Amino acid sequence: MLRAIRHKSIHPAFCAFRAFSSAAKEMTVRDALNSALDEEMSADPKVFLMGEEVGEYQGAYKITKGLLDKYGPERVLDTPITEAGFAGIGVGAAYYGLRPVVEFMTFNFSMQAIDHIINSAAKSYYMSAGQISVPIVFRGPNGAAAGVGAQHSQCYAAWFAACPGLKVLTPYSSEDARGLLKAAIRDPDPVVFLENELLYGELFPVSAEVLDSSFCLPIGKAKIEREGKDVTITAYSKMVGYALKAADILAKEGISAEVINLRSIRPLDRSTINASVRKTNRLVTVEESFPQHGVGAEICTSVVEESFGYLDAPVERIAGADVPMPYAANLERMAVPQVEDIVRAAKRTCHRSVPLAATA
Amino acid sequence: MALSRSGSKLLKPISPFFSSAPSILTRSISSSNDSITVETSIPFTAHNCEPPSRSVTTSAAELLSFFRDMALMRRMEIAADSLYKAKLIRGFCHLYDGQEAVAVGMEAAITRKDCIITAYRDHCTFLSRGGTLIEVFAELMGRRAGMSNGKGGSMHFYRKQGGFYGGHGIVGAQVPLGCGLAFAQKYSKDENVTFAMYGDDGMGTAEWRAAKSPAYYKRGDYVPGLKVDGMDAFAVKQACKFAKEHALKNGPIILEMDTYRYHGHSMSDPGSTYRTRDEISGVRQERDPIERIRKLLLSHEISTEAELKDIEKAARKEVDNAIAKAKESEMPDPSELFTNVYVKGFGVEAYGADRKELRATLP
Repeated sequence: MLRAIRHKSIHPAFCAFRAFSSAAKEMTVRDALNSALDEEMSADPKVFLMGEEVGEYQGAYKITKGLLDKYGPERVLDTPITEAGFAGIGVGAAYYGLRPVVEFMTFNFSMQAIDHIINSAAKSYYMSAGQISVPIVFRGPNGAAAGVGAQHSQCYAAWFAACPGLKVLTPYSSEDARGLLKAAIRDPDPVVFLENELLYGELFPVSAEVLDSSFCLPIGKAKIEREGKDVTITAYSKMVGYALKAADILAKEGISAEVINLRSIRPLDRSTINASVRKTNRLVTVEESFPQHGVGAEICTSVVEESFGYLDAPVERIAGADVPMPYAANLERMAVPQVEDIVRAAKRTCHRSVPLAATA
Repeated sequence: MALSRSGSKLLKPISPFFSSAPSILTRSISSSNDSITVETSIPFTAHNCEPPSRSVTTSAAELLSFFRDMALMRRMEIAADSLYKAKLIRGFCHLYDGQEAVAVGMEAAITRKDCIITAYRDHCTFLSRGGTLIEVFAELMGRRAGMSNGKGGSMHFYRKQGGFYGGHGIVGAQVPLGCGLAFAQKYSKDENVTFAMYGDDGMGTAEWRAAKSPAYYKRGDYVPGLKVDGMDAFAVKQACKFAKEHALKNGPIILEMDTYRYHGHSMSDPGSTYRTRDEISGVRQERDPIERIRKLLLSHEISTEAELKDIEKAARKEVDNAIAKAKESEMPDPSELFTNVYVKGFGVEAYGADRKELRATLP
C-alpha cells in the first residue's frame, strides 16, 4: 500500500502521475526536477532560482514551470542574457548565505561564466580557510541534443569534475533527478548539476519513498542499475540507458553485464567501481563527451591503480568522437556513442571465453 | 522626376532567375540608372553625432534589385519553415523574414571587403554576401552541397570570400569577434569596416526581460549612435554608408535598426507569448519592407503590379528549384567526420565513439 503524498507543495498539475492502484507511479524527469525545486523552495526560504526564462516563460525546457506563480518574482528571477553576470551574482549571494539555484539554458553557455564557477565558487572555501562557503547549485542540460551543432552539444562533466571544491552530479532517472537535486540544494558546497535535454520527457517508475519530500540521495554514491558478473559497464546520464540496452543484447549472447550508474562524477564512487571490477574482471567505460582526459580516463586509472591484478582484459573506453559535433545527421550519429559500440567493446573484453562457473 | 517606362522590355526575360549563376543577387540587372531620390520613412535619431540626410539617392535598377533580393529572402525563409516542419531541417532554425531590409540595405552601402558578422539568424545575410540558395538549403538539410559541407547547420553559415564571418550560436559572442575583425582591418591599414550585428539579446523573450535599457543606440554612451528604421531599406543603406564613413574617420558607431521578425525567435518559439497577433499583422500592414519597395516601384512607374508579381513568382520558383537540387545532394561522406579539425594536424590520430573501431589520421 502506498503512503499518501503528504507534502502540500506538490501541485498535482505538475506531476505526470499515472495512479495505478498499487503499482509504482511514473514520473518524467522534468516533473521530478520541478517537484524537487518546489519542495526545496518551500522548505527553505533562502533557496531562490535564477536564470534565463525561468520565470515568465515557465522555463526554457519547462523545468521551472509554475514556480514564479507560486513563489513570486523575489525568489524566481528572470535574468538578462548574460551568464557571466548572473552566475557572478549567484555566487555573491551564496557568499552572503543565500542558496541560489542558477540555471544555464545549456551548459555550453556556462563557459561564459566558468570563471565564476571555478574561481569564485569552487575555490573560495579553501582560500578563505573556511570562512566563505558557497552553497550554490548550477544546473541545466548538458551534452548532445539532436542536430544542434558544435557549439550546443558538448558534455562538460570532465572539465568541472577536474576541479577540487566542486561537486558534480549527473542524474539519469527521475529518482536520480529528485534525489540528487534535493541533495545538491541542501549541500553546503557548490554543485554542478548536469541534466540532459533528451531525458527530460522520459518516464521512470518512482516509489512512494522517492516521492516523499524528505527523499534525498547521497552524493558520491553510484548505483548498480543492473547486476552482472562478466563485465562492468560504467555510464552516466543518458548513456546509462544505452548501457542497459547493451546489457540486454549482451545477455542474449551469454554475457552478463553489470551496469553502474555513476550518479556522481565528483566525488567519484571509486569503491563501488573497483568492487564491481574485482567481481567481473572486465571494464567498459561509457561517456558522451570527448575522450581525452575524460571521465572514462579517470575511471580506468582508478581501476589500474587499485585493482590492476583483477583485470582480465584491457579497459575499454567508449566516448564521443574526438571531433566538434557535426550537424549532418549521419555524421552526428557517428560522433555519439551508440548501443552497438558498447556491445562491441564489452565483447572485446571477453575475448577470452567467458569464465566458467568453476572459477568463481 | 518622371522616368520613361522601359519596364516591360527589361522585365520580360525571367530566365536569369533559373540559371545556375551563382547568385540572383547581382546589382547589374539592366535598367535605367538615372538617379531617383527617395525619402526615408522617418528622420534618423542621433546620439553624439550629426544624423545623415533623409534623402537617399537610388535608381530604378537598385529599387528593382532590392525588391528581387528581398522577395527571394522572404521566400527562402518561409520555405525553410516548411522544411523544418517536415523534419528535413533539424536542431535550431532562426528565421529572418521581416528583417530583409537590413541585409539588403547594408549590402548596398558596403563592399565585399567590408566584413559582416552576425549571430544565428544568418540565412539572409549569407545570401546577401554572395551565397547561393542551394548552399543554404543543402546546409540546412545537412547535405554535402551546403556551404559548411553539412557540418555546421543553420547557425553556422560562413562565406569568408564574401566577407561574411558567420553564423554564431552563442548569444553576443559575435560582438567581441566583430571588434577583432575591425581591429585587424585597422592593423592591416585596410580602408574597410566591420559590421557586427546582434539582436536585442533576442531569445523568445520580451524586451523587458532581456535588457535593462532599450535605448540601444545610446548604449555605447560616449560611442555615437543612430536609430534607424530597419524596415526601410533606404534608411538602412543611408545609415550604413554614413556609419562606414564615420567609422573609418572616427571609430565605432552603433546603429540601432528598428526591425521586426515575423516568426518567433526560433522554430520552437511560437512568438506569441510576448506579443499579440495584432501587433504582428499591424507591422505587416504598415511597415513590411518589401511592400515599401513595391509602393516606390509603382509610384515611380518603374514596374506594374503584374511585373512585380512575376518577380515574386520567379523567386518562389527559384527557391523551389534550389530545394529540389539541395534534396538531391548527398549526406556528407563518413570520412568528413574527421576533416577540418585542424589546418595542420601533425598526423595525430582522432577517434570515433569506439576508438578501436573507427579512427583517422589528421593530416
